[in-house]
Amino acid sequence: MKATNITHPDYFHKVVDCQWACPAHTPVPEYIRLIAQERFTDAYMINWESNVFPGILGRTCDRPCEPACRRVRTEEKPVAICRLKRVAADHKGDITPFLPNVPKEKNGKRIALLGAGPASLAVARDLLPFGYEIDMFDRDPAGGGMMRSQIPAFRLPADVLEEEVDLIVNMGINAHYSYEITSMKEMLDRNYDAYFVGTGAPRGRDLNLPGREEVSNHISIGIDWLSSVAFGHITSISGKVIVMGGGNTAMDCCRTSKRLGAESVTVVVRSAFELMKASDWEKEDAMHEGIPIINNRPPKEFVHENGKLKGVIFECVKQVEKDGRTSYVPSGEPDVFMECDHILMAIGQENHCPWIERDIGIEFDKWDCPILDEDTLQSSHPKIFFGGDSAFGPENIIWASAHAHQAAISIDLFCQGKDPKQDRPPDGVNLISQKMGIHEWSYDAEHDAAKRHLVPHANKRRSLDNIKVEVELGFDTDLGLKEAQRCLNCDVQTVFTEKLCIECDACVDICPMDCISFIPNGEDEEVRSQMLVPSFSEEQDIYVSEELPTGRLMVKDEDVCLHCGLCAERCPTAAWDMQKSVIHIPQMGSFS
Amino acid sequence: MTFVAKPKIHHPLLQFNEIGLKRRDYEGSVSTLCAGCGHDSVSAAIIMACSELSLPPHRFAKLSGIGCSSKTPSYFLGNSHGFNSVHGRMPSVATGANLANREMYYIGVSGDGDSASIGIGQFAHAVRRQLNMLYIVDNNGTYGLTKGQFSATSDRGSTSKKGVPILYSSIDLVSMALQLGATFVARSFSGDKQQLVPLLKAALLHKGFAFIDVISPCVMFNNHNGSTKSYDYLRHNGSRVVEADLTLPHEEIRVNYEAGSTHAVTLHDGSTLHLQKLAEDYDPTDRIKALTRVQEAQETGNVLTGLLYVKSDESDLHDILETPSKPLNEMSESELCPGSQRLEQINQSFR
Repeated sequence: MKATNITHPDYFHKVVDCQWACPAHTPVPEYIRLIAQERFTDAYMINWESNVFPGILGRTCDRPCEPACRRVRTEEKPVAICRLKRVAADHKGDITPFLPNVPKEKNGKRIALLGAGPASLAVARDLLPFGYEIDMFDRDPAGGGMMRSQIPAFRLPADVLEEEVDLIVNMGINAHYSYEITSMKEMLDRNYDAYFVGTGAPRGRDLNLPGREEVSNHISIGIDWLSSVAFGHITSISGKVIVMGGGNTAMDCCRTSKRLGAESVTVVVRSAFELMKASDWEKEDAMHEGIPIINNRPPKEFVHENGKLKGVIFECVKQVEKDGRTSYVPSGEPDVFMECDHILMAIGQENHCPWIERDIGIEFDKWDCPILDEDTLQSSHPKIFFGGDSAFGPENIIWASAHAHQAAISIDLFCQGKDPKQDRPPDGVNLISQKMGIHEWSYDAEHDAAKRHLVPHANKRRSLDNIKVEVELGFDTDLGLKEAQRCLNCDVQTVFTEKLCIECDACVDICPMDCISFIPNGEDEEVRSQMLVPSFSEEQDIYVSEELPTGRLMVKDEDVCLHCGLCAERCPTAAWDMQKSVIHIPQMGSFS
Repeated sequence: MTFVAKPKIHHPLLQFNEIGLKRRDYEGSVSTLCAGCGHDSVSAAIIMACSELSLPPHRFAKLSGIGCSSKTPSYFLGNSHGFNSVHGRMPSVATGANLANREMYYIGVSGDGDSASIGIGQFAHAVRRQLNMLYIVDNNGTYGLTKGQFSATSDRGSTSKKGVPILYSSIDLVSMALQLGATFVARSFSGDKQQLVPLLKAALLHKGFAFIDVISPCVMFNNHNGSTKSYDYLRHNGSRVVEADLTLPHEEIRVNYEAGSTHAVTLHDGSTLHLQKLAEDYDPTDRIKALTRVQEAQETGNVLTGLLYVKSDESDLHDILETPSKPLNEMSESELCPGSQRLEQINQSFR
C-alpha cells in the first residue's frame, strides 16, 4: 500500500467531519474550544470570518455539520454544533475592535450586488475592506433577503437579524432598497466593473389541480405569504388552514398560522414522514406545538362551492422501494376529503430571473439556472457572477456564505486583471503540535461520555400567543460549556513519524477504539482485512505509514478515532503526536 | 505512563465472545508503567487470549510478587481475583491457592528479579511440583523499578545503558524450566502478539506447569544498543522455531497444514494444539533436544522463540498428591476435619 499523503490539504480536513461537511468550512472544533474557555467573542469572530452570520445561522442553519459529526458514529447523537454557535453569538462582547478596516480611499472599482440577501451581503463584507465601492439593490424595503422575509420571528428575532445585517451594510454599502430590478441590460449599461447576482430563488411552486383557479383567493404561496407576514402586511389568518408541503417553509407556514389565529392547522405531505425535506428539529417543534403532520397524501382536487373553498381531496399512497429508488403507488384506501378555509402552498421554490435578458451573454441551462464555473461562480458573461440560491437552485444560508467567499475572490481577481480560475490561491494545511509538556496537551483530550444536552424552550402558551417570542431559548453558558465538552476535537490530529517508531505496540494496546494496527505491507484489500477491526469504508480514510523497519505498516482507521491522544500519551518516542490541523480555505484577506 | 484512563467507549463493531463479553470487559485499571513498556503489551495479550477463549474473568486468580511485572495483574482482568504477594514468593501463594481450589485458572506474573534472583528457589520448586498454572516472566533483563541495575537474566557481554559491561553469566529460566520438568515451556516477545496470544491460550488450557518467558523490553533502562533485551535486538536476533495454533474442541480446523510440517497435540480439555515447525529438525516434544537447541542458540546470541517444549499427558500436583476431585474450599468442616477417631486410625496405619 502507498503511504498516505498527510500534507494534502484535504486529508486531515476530511477527518474534521463537521468542517468538511460545512459548505463554508467553518473550523467548528476550534470555536467550540474557545466557547469551552468562555472566549465567546473569539468564538464568534471565527464564525463571523467564515460564515458571516453566526447569530442568524446559530438559529436557522440547516446544520449539514451535525449529521456528519463523529459522535454519531462513536455514540449516537452529534454535538449540538448549531446551538453552540448561538452560544457564541448570544454571549459575545464588543466585536468592533476585531472588525476589518474599510479604507476611505477606494480602489476605483465599482461592484453591483443584485439582491440584498446573505450571498450579496457576504460578498460585500469580503470586498469592502479592499477598497471596492459597492452598490446593492433589492426590491424589499430592508436588507437580509430571505433571512428577513421567509424566516419567522419566533425562529429568528428581528434584533438578531438586524445586528448582523446592519453590521455589513454599515461597513459602507450604498444600499438601494425597494428597488425592483427589471433589466440586466440596464444594469450593464451602468458600467460597473463586476456584477454579483444574489437574488435567490424567489418563486414558490404552485400546483395546477382541478379547482385551482376558482379558489385562488384562498390559496397563498408559502414564501410570499411568509414575506407578507414578515413585513406586516398580513397579521392574521382565520379558519381551518392546510399547509401543503414537507420542507422547512411548510413548517414555518404552519407554525406561523398557528400564531396568527388559525382555528386549526394541518400539514399534509405527499411523501413519507422520514423523507420530508424539513429538518428533524423543525418537524419536532411543529408537532410539539400540536400541529398534525399527515403523510403519504398527494392532493387531487380543490373542492369549492361558488368560489368558496371547501376543502381538498387527497389520494392515499404508500411508499415502495424498487432498485434503491423510492416511489409511491395507490395504497387502495379511498380518497380522503379534508375540510379547510385556506391553503398555504409550500412545495418548493425555483430560480426565476425574468429580468435577465437572454441575449446579453449569460447562458442558462434547461432548468433555467445560469451556467456557471463551479469554482469561480463566473457566468458565461465574464463580468457577472452568481451566488446563493440564484446560482445552482435553492440551498440555504450557509451555502450562500460559501458561494460568496468564492465569488468575492473571483471578482477581486477579475477586477485586478487576473484570471479567476488560473490565478486562484490554493487550499493549504498547517499542522501544529499541541504538546505542552509531559501529559499536557493544549486541548481537553479526555473523552466526555455525556449525552447531547437539550435546549430549553419558551413557555408554549406564551410563544403561541405572540409571533415575536423566540421559541428556542438557546443554551445558557452553563449548558453551553457542558455541551462544548462533548466535542471530540477532531481537528487535533494523530500524526505519525515513522523514523521514531520502535514498534512497541503501546498505541495499539491503549487505543480505546482499536483504530491502530501494525500490518505487513500488502495490497489494499489484504491490509484492510487484517486491521484490528477491519475497515472497508469508502467515506472514511485509513492513514497508512511508510514501511517500518520490520516491513510492517502503521495503519490507522480515522473513522471512530476519539482524538483522545492516548496513543501519543503512551508513545515512548513521540512517534505519535497530537497536532492541530489548520485548514486554509482561501478567502479575501486570508492570502496576499 | 498516563494519568488519563482509557475511556469506557469502544469500537461500535467490537464483537461479543461466546459468554457475551467484549474484549474491553477483560481490561483492568489504567497502567502506571512507563509509556512503551513491553509489560503493557503482555497484559494486552493476556486480555486478548482470555477473551478469545471466552473464559469468565471471575474464574481467574492473578498472582504476583514485586516489581514492574508484578504490578501488571492490576491492568488486566479487572473482575477476577488477585493476590500481590511478597517479593519472590508468588509460587508459594499460588501453590496454596491452587491446592485450596483446583478449579480456578491461575496466572502468575513475575519478572526476572522476582523469579531469577530473590525468588529463584520458589520458582524451581513450583516447576518441580507441576503446579497447574500459567507462569509468565516479563523478562527485561534489568531492575527497572530501581532504575536500571543488571538483573540475573542480563546476558554476559551486554551492557548497561551507560555502557558498563556485565561480568556474570546469566540465568536462563527457559533452560531451568526444561531441566526441572515443566511440561509447557515457551519463549516469546512482547512486541509479537501474533505469536504470544496463541501461546497464552494454549498455556491457559494446558494441564500442569506452563511457563512462558516473555522478553519484554524496558524502554527506560534497557532498550539501547548494548542490550540483548531491546526491541531492536529481538527483531534482529529472535528466531521463531515452533508456532502454536490452538483449535478448541468445538471449532473446525480452518488452516491447511502442509504434511510433515506440523505436529498435533491434544490438550487436557480436548483442544488441539498444532505445532508448526519453522526451524528444520526442531522437535518440540523432545525435551533433551529442545534444551540443547536453546543452549546452542544462546551461545551465538540467538533467541529461539515459540513453543519450545510441550508434553500433554502429564499429571499435575493434584494428581501426584491424589487430592479429591472436589475442591477443598467447597468441602464442609466435617469433610475436611473428620475427627479424632479418624486421626487415630490414620496414625495406627503407620505403626
